Amino acid sequence: MTSQIDISRRRFVVGSAAAMGGLSLGFSMAFMPEAHAQAAAPAGAKAPPEVNAWVVVRPDETVVIRIARSEMGQGTLTGLAQLVAEELECDWARVTTEYPGPSENLRRNRVWGNFSTGGSRGVRESEKYVREGGAAARFMLVSAAAAAWNVPAAECRVAKGVITHAASGRSTTYGQVADAAARMAPPANIVLKDPKDWTIAGQPLPRLDTRDKLTGKQVYGADLRFPGMLSAAVKACPYFGGRIASYDAAAIAGKPGVRKVVKVDDATLVVVADTWWQAKSALDALPVTWDEGPNAALTSAAIAETLSAGLDAPEAFVGNSSGDAKGALAKAARTVTATYAFPYQNHATMEPMNATALFTGERCEVWAPTQNGEASLAAAAEAAGLPPAQCEVHKLLLGGGFGRRGFQDYVRQAVLVAKAVPGTHVKLLWSREEDMLHGFYHPTTQCRLTGALDEQGNVTALHMRISGQSIMASVRPEAMAGGMDPVVFQGLTARSPEGMLGYAIPNVLIDHAMRNPPVRPGFWRGVNLNQNAVYVECFMDELAHAAGVDPLAFRRKFMAGHPKHLAVLNAVAERIGWDTPAPKGVGRGIAQIMGFGSYVAAAAEVSVASGELKVHRIVAATDPGHVVNPAQVERQVEGSFAYGLSACLYGECTVDKGRMEQENFDTYDVLHMAQMPKVETIIIPSGGFWGGVGEPTIAVAAPAVLNALFAVSGKRIRLLPLKNHPLA
Amino acid sequence: MPRLTVNGQVRDVEVDPDTPLLWVIREQLGLTGTKFGCGIAMCGACTVHIDGVPTRSCALPVSGVDAAQKIVTIEGLSPDGSHPVQRAWLALDVPQCGYCQSGMIMAAAGLLEQNPKPSDADINSEITNICRCGTYNKVRAAIHLAADGGGKAG
Repeated sequence: MTSQIDISRRRFVVGSAAAMGGLSLGFSMAFMPEAHAQAAAPAGAKAPPEVNAWVVVRPDETVVIRIARSEMGQGTLTGLAQLVAEELECDWARVTTEYPGPSENLRRNRVWGNFSTGGSRGVRESEKYVREGGAAARFMLVSAAAAAWNVPAAECRVAKGVITHAASGRSTTYGQVADAAARMAPPANIVLKDPKDWTIAGQPLPRLDTRDKLTGKQVYGADLRFPGMLSAAVKACPYFGGRIASYDAAAIAGKPGVRKVVKVDDATLVVVADTWWQAKSALDALPVTWDEGPNAALTSAAIAETLSAGLDAPEAFVGNSSGDAKGALAKAARTVTATYAFPYQNHATMEPMNATALFTGERCEVWAPTQNGEASLAAAAEAAGLPPAQCEVHKLLLGGGFGRRGFQDYVRQAVLVAKAVPGTHVKLLWSREEDMLHGFYHPTTQCRLTGALDEQGNVTALHMRISGQSIMASVRPEAMAGGMDPVVFQGLTARSPEGMLGYAIPNVLIDHAMRNPPVRPGFWRGVNLNQNAVYVECFMDELAHAAGVDPLAFRRKFMAGHPKHLAVLNAVAERIGWDTPAPKGVGRGIAQIMGFGSYVAAAAEVSVASGELKVHRIVAATDPGHVVNPAQVERQVEGSFAYGLSACLYGECTVDKGRMEQENFDTYDVLHMAQMPKVETIIIPSGGFWGGVGEPTIAVAAPAVLNALFAVSGKRIRLLPLKNHPLA
Repeated sequence: MPRLTVNGQVRDVEVDPDTPLLWVIREQLGLTGTKFGCGIAMCGACTVHIDGVPTRSCALPVSGVDAAQKIVTIEGLSPDGSHPVQRAWLALDVPQCGYCQSGMIMAAAGLLEQNPKPSDADINSEITNICRCGTYNKVRAAIHLAADGGGKAG
């Protein structure tokens, strides 16, 4: 089993939720180069010694920056390299990157820290130690030059990887002193630059990983090829909790290319063949009967009924409480009540799940697009039945992650199949149908909100009762706090730096009746902030209209104590021209939330014609504290509307007869070019903290648009997605 | 045995004639720039050109293509990434995860071949590929940039 992260003791356990195998790992940020331990850099025998764990400088002046987090499109690879390069003072034009291996990290006492890439933590959780890594390498490189010249290091200057000593007129380069630098002592104290002095970090630099994505050269996991490699297609029982009743491998034995049928576990069958298409065709023809299991009668309606009952349940976990909300509501002259619901969503990464594995008996190697290389290693070791030291995971760029690739089920499957054909590389690739049927779905919840209004139109009390699914109860039970899932309350807490409610209301009760249907939930980009923002921001709109107050002015009344929340809200209001009339036939909506440590807001302009919603314009503002690459922040904010509006407009995985109904994009529609609104992004880094960027803005997409829809049509949509509601 | 003309080369492939063109391109010819996304011609990740027309290759049996038809994949769009669409994509740093981008670029190149100055409405109706990262606005801007002869960087 895995256990909770305890950063304070710099010691934690990396767990693979699927494998339930954990590695207990220390976490030591040493800046000693591995050269001291006579170890070669992971790149290969001929690689020059590293200056330290983060930096290798080759004789041709190429600077290799090691990146521990996974790149899945969010730009973290480039951003982290910028942070290291900033302190290193190297020539950005000569920067390249590489992923260290997870087992190398384990062997080196986790010198690269956490590999997990989720929760919008890639930059904010590692910015300090990667900058320190760059600074330490700079110190050692300069020290090496100074020692060779027999001058004080303090008299040397460095710019773009060129070290100069003005007094003696000498200069050298990082590439020339890298060998010697690897033997220098790291600095005792590291003073990082003030972000206002940054010249590489903070700049809108182009990504480092673009070129190969334009020519087909970029190799994703699905594209891997090895000599003699076999391919595997997989089919797991589509019924939640169901299993294989029977199958007839002999029936497909003679099909072209077929090598083997592997029963991976009680619920999963794999066909191994020379090519993937052969494997897939044979798998489609394989006679299988399923034991539909204990949930065969489960439907979305039944799940909704269970959740609905939770809205009235006497028992609930309290996530935020101040004053006496129930008492104040009971005494209130006027209350407003509304019930909202958010359905299951599939991540639908463009690249379906896949992993390639080679098992030899003594070793197991895996090539995988993964959001957590260390969890992949744990899963591989567990499935292989080998110690982690005899396993390695080679990380690849991800064709989308969004939280899905933090789960390791596909890695486990690939290793189990590789064990059935030892000595041979096997690439296991899911079909889209498999991907849709075996997700870790965005959880479904309902929320009943009750607010009390006084005669001045102030909210005097608010009760939010959330009923529904806990992610942590399913995937990380050790993170539960006395049975409660604290992550359920994302964006709604009283004072968490991850996300606090931006409104000062005298009597507040936000509680959660946990109801866990037998559908596995997971972290879906934005996580619980997504539905919580819909609930609180649409309901604030309802309260504003009930009070007869402009929705922006109404919110402002309760935000004096939350200046950062207010600043992003004001920024979008000003840019969209909230104080001026909207264009004819256009409605405006507004929303704000705090999540993943950042403050975000959006304003939307929409219209309805012939029953169709059109989103004309979005203005978004974000305050992530510090900005490492504004061009990438802008792309993440813009992309958040594609993802968030996909969920708002279309996204819904429905359950019937114990399984998901949607199997592909024909029934699981997502946003296309034609529906993509213009997005204007305002970045307001107020400094002093580090917030995430990849996820928070998703949460304001839906409420801004739904509030705008109400403004133009009078229709208040409370049950997502919008496609289920006629607008004509 | 199917015979195909791919990126200017005539290739004989030993494969079941029902095999989708996508899988022949990827597995028999080893050209993995053309991606598998959905298998039902909905997402466009598998877009190639057949006689200049953007075509989704994942649901097209290889038997439906003959050797006289010229198939171009992302690898054959230009020898060195210098196609105006690729240059525009580079200038605007369009991709995020990049997985859909081969198909996007092939769809965009095909559109510009037919319609050198597409309007936003033309782009909406012709570029129906799915991108989950949400690069749509950058894709749109890059198509306009390519149409204007831009994208000189690179």
